[in-house]
Order: sequence, then C-alpha cells, then structure tokens
Amino acid sequence: MYSDTVMDHFKNPRNVGEIENPDGVGEVGNPVCGDIMKIFLKIENNVVVDAKFKTFGCGAAIASSSMATELVRGKTLEEAWELSNKAVAEALDGLPPVKMHCSVLAEEGIHKAINDYRVKKGLEAWVEKNSHSHDHSEDLTCNH
Amino acid sequence: MEAQRTIYMDHSATTFVKPEVVDVMIPYFTKHFGNPSSLYGIARDSKKAIDVARVQTAKALGADPYEIYFTSGGSESDNWAIKGVALANRKRGNHIITTRIEHHAVLHTCQFLEKEGFDVTYLPVDQYGLVDPSELEKAITEKTILISIMYANNEIGTIEPIADLGAIARKHKVYFHTDAVQAVGNIPIDVKMQNIDLLSLSAHKFYGPKGVGALYIKKGVRIENLIHGGGQERRRRAGTENIAGIVGLGKAIEMATADIPGHNAKIRSMRDRLIKGVLDTIPNTRLNGHKEKRLPGNFNVSFEFIEGESMLLWLDDAGICASTGSACTSGSLEPSHVLLATGLPVEISHGSLRLTLGDANTDKDVDRVLDVLPKVVKKLRDMSPLYYKSGKEGGSNV
Ligand code: FES
Repeated sequence: MYSDTVMDHFKNPRNVGEIENPDGVGEVGNPVCGDIMKIFLKIENNVVVDAKFKTFGCGAAIASSSMATELVRGKTLEEAWELSNKAVAEALDGLPPVKMHCSVLAEEGIHKAINDYRVKKGLEAWVEKNSHSHDHSEDLTCNH
Repeated sequence: MEAQRTIYMDHSATTFVKPEVVDVMIPYFTKHFGNPSSLYGIARDSKKAIDVARVQTAKALGADPYEIYFTSGGSESDNWAIKGVALANRKRGNHIITTRIEHHAVLHTCQFLEKEGFDVTYLPVDQYGLVDPSELEKAITEKTILISIMYANNEIGTIEPIADLGAIARKHKVYFHTDAVQAVGNIPIDVKMQNIDLLSLSAHKFYGPKGVGALYIKKGVRIENLIHGGGQERRRRAGTENIAGIVGLGKAIEMATADIPGHNAKIRSMRDRLIKGVLDTIPNTRLNGHKEKRLPGNFNVSFEFIEGESMLLWLDDAGICASTGSACTSGSLEPSHVLLATGLPVEISHGSLRLTLGDANTDKDVDRVLDVLPKVVKKLRDMSPLYYKSGKEGGSNV
C-alpha cells in the first residue's frame, strides 16, 4: 500500500535521533490517531544546518518525518516554513489518502520547532497560514 | 539472499484450506454441480452432499441436523441471528444485551437495530476481557428478548463463561446467541449442555473455505428470515446453495473437532514458548487477555512506546504475518475497541501485536519470531520520543 519511496524512508529513515543543544524543538501530537513526533533543529545564520526527529507512529509518520527533515536541511527559516505536508507527501511519491494526516504532523512539527527558535530569540512567532485541523475530511477516508 | 519462508501467524484472521478439504470440494465444482433444487440425478448428488455436511456440522456442535442452516459466513450468521430474533420477537420486547468486545458483525448489527427502535445494553468486561455473569443477570429486564455474547474473542483470545451465561439466559427465558466463529475447533462445544439457542460459525477459521458458514438455530426459536427468496434451507435461507463450500465446511468441521485436546496441546505449547520468550526478553511489555482462559493459539501483547503498524511492516519484511489493534491500521483511525474495553490506555493499545498460531506453524517459526521481534521493537523504540522521555532502559512487565 505504500510507495517504494515511503518504504525506503521507513526502513532507512534519515536523521533519526536528537540534536544536543538544539536551537529549536517542536513536539506535536496527532489529533487523528494519537501519534507523536518530535523535531530538533540546529540553526545557524537563519539556515537549518541540521534536523533530526523522533517519532511514535505508523510507517507513513516515520517516512514523513524522515523526508521532512531531509527537505528542510540547508534551507533558510523562511523556506523551511513554507514546506507543506503536500510537498512532503509528493516527495514520498504519494501517501494513501487515509495517511495524509501523518504528513501534516511533520509540517506542524517543523513549524513548532521554528517558532520555538524564534521565541527563544525574542522574535515573534509566525502564524500558521492554513490550519489543517479543519481539513481532515479528505484525510479521513473510510476504508470500509 | 536465500528465499525466506513465510511465517503465517494470523490464524484468527483466516486459515489455509486443508488439502483433504479441497479434495472433497473439487468434484462439486466439476462433476456434481447440479442445482440441488432440480430433480435429475446430478442434482440429487448435490443435495445428498449438503445433507452429509449438515450431519457433520450438527455432530460437531451437539445439535440436531435440522437445526443447522448454511449461510455465507460468520457475518451473515450474526446478522441473521440478531436481526431475525429481534424482528420476530419485537412484540415481546425491544431490549438486547451484548458486550463491548463483540466482533463488528454483532456490534454494527446492534447499532443498526438501535436506529430501528431497539434498546441495546453493551456489557463491560474486566481487564482480561471477561464478562461477569452477575452483570448479565442485572441487565436483564422484562423487555429483554436476546442476549448475544461471543464465545471467544478474536483479538485477545479470551474465552467467555458461555455455559454460565447461557444458564442465566435460560433462567430468564431470553434467547441466547453466541458468535462462536473463533471457538469452533478450539473449544469443545455442546449447544444443548451450554444452553445455546443460536450459534454462528464460519468455515475459513477452521481450515475450511471462505464464503461459507452456518447458523445453529435451536428448534422452536422464533426468528425471521434475513435472506428472502427461494425455498432453500427449509425455507429459512434463500439462495442456491454453495455446494462445494458447504461440503468443505462439513469436512473441515469434522476434522477440526475430531481431537480438540490433542490438537490444542501442540498449538498451545508453541504459543506458550512464544509468550514466555517475548515477555522474558523484551521489557515494558504486557500480555493482553487472560492467562489461562484464552484460545490456544492466541498471543496478544502490547509493547510500550511504539506503534503497531510500523511493527507489522518490519515483521512483514521478515516474512512474518501478524496483526495489530493500532489506530493507524484500523481504517477508522481508532484503536481496537476490545483493548480499550479492557481498560488498556490508548497509547498502549496502539502498540499491540496479535500473533495467532495454528496448523501452519512449526517450532522453527517460533524461533524465528523470537529472533526477529526483539530487534524490531528495539529499532522502533530507539526512534520513539516516548521511550526517550521515559528514560527507561529496562523495566518490568505486567
Ligand atoms: S501516525 Fe497514525 S496513521 Fe499515521
């Protein structure tokens, strides 16, 4: 049911682990199925120089964490903030509809880690543009 | 890489069909294919074959042959028993009692009847998944027309005190249905001694074919038909008979009930070694279900800090077929209603794994699972933010 890319990132997840003295940390929980993702960022001169994750969740959640951390590495904070869950899912060659919410977790985790950094720096937290919490209708396709 | 053997440990989901069963079925596809309702010779052959299967099935349950009705499987049998009794007895009352841990074929049927004006009581279970007979007795009112309680649970394997529950139903003159889909072949059943009025079974859980099952209806039970049409099954269940399937069911149930204690001893010893091996080597692990009152092949375990689907994917990678009660695989994205009913916290239900052993397994399979599973759990725990938080390297099992 998963694409080869999802299975590759699930089986050989990139960037698993923690960063010592991270500049930003974001822990998010999944309201849909109850899973948890924690993102760690190392930021230098407004650029994400390292990103790591720890995830308690399904194959799609682990693959999304792996892909999202890959995608934000080397990006400016502004670019990293723009990373959408759809972009993560596309980079994974698609996710089953019922698993789209797992990629939302990755987007939210990155956002939270970025804002954690900004607040610690005395900057204003950025505001979520499109809240996904209203958007579960399409994610929650019933399998029956 | 050498090709790895598939290790099938999901016998509660379905079983392979035994070669002896396939052998007796084949002539009914090719040679004796006649419609049993017709009059010519080959049709009489099919009719006779169905009669034989009915006797085999009745014998396995301690029933009379005319109390056995063939259906398309467990779900149809459950639907028929519950809707049929509810509709035929609604003048007497509109109250049905069942439990929180039933299969969806029972739960969703009861929910449907609630929309149609019936009241349903869903009995709780204890931490092992057991129904308390005194709770059942308390729930009975003068409006109660049906009690439906599963014989053994498909997820955690808990075996319910069916004879006690049946006796209470009998005492209060309420019809008693049991979904015995997981029980047949694993537990000796005697519908007369156990006060069972209706019993559902499904062939593909005991090495028979899919798409065929039966409903035992005790003589005299008032029940409406579910499938209307022709006069098959003594006018109770319409539709041209699935002859080959019915023949397969008959053979399979005969084989499955020939030596239940002997068969169970073999499965149970493999299963017990698996349970011990897993609980001894993997910390923060708990056994779900009851220690003794459980199906011989059932092992249901929760690993804290990890999620079930990711476990299944890794096990599949090693050729091991298993299942989980995790929300992430449930379609509804909610964890198993059975585990939640036993009081297991949501996040621990999430990390549940069910391995159900049967005739496809050998001791080597157990060795291999005991080799692979600890590695899988470790790998996933190492990437779990919960494990990191708990700061636990070791820990005791419950
Ligand atoms: S994290 Fe639960 S479904 Fe993906």
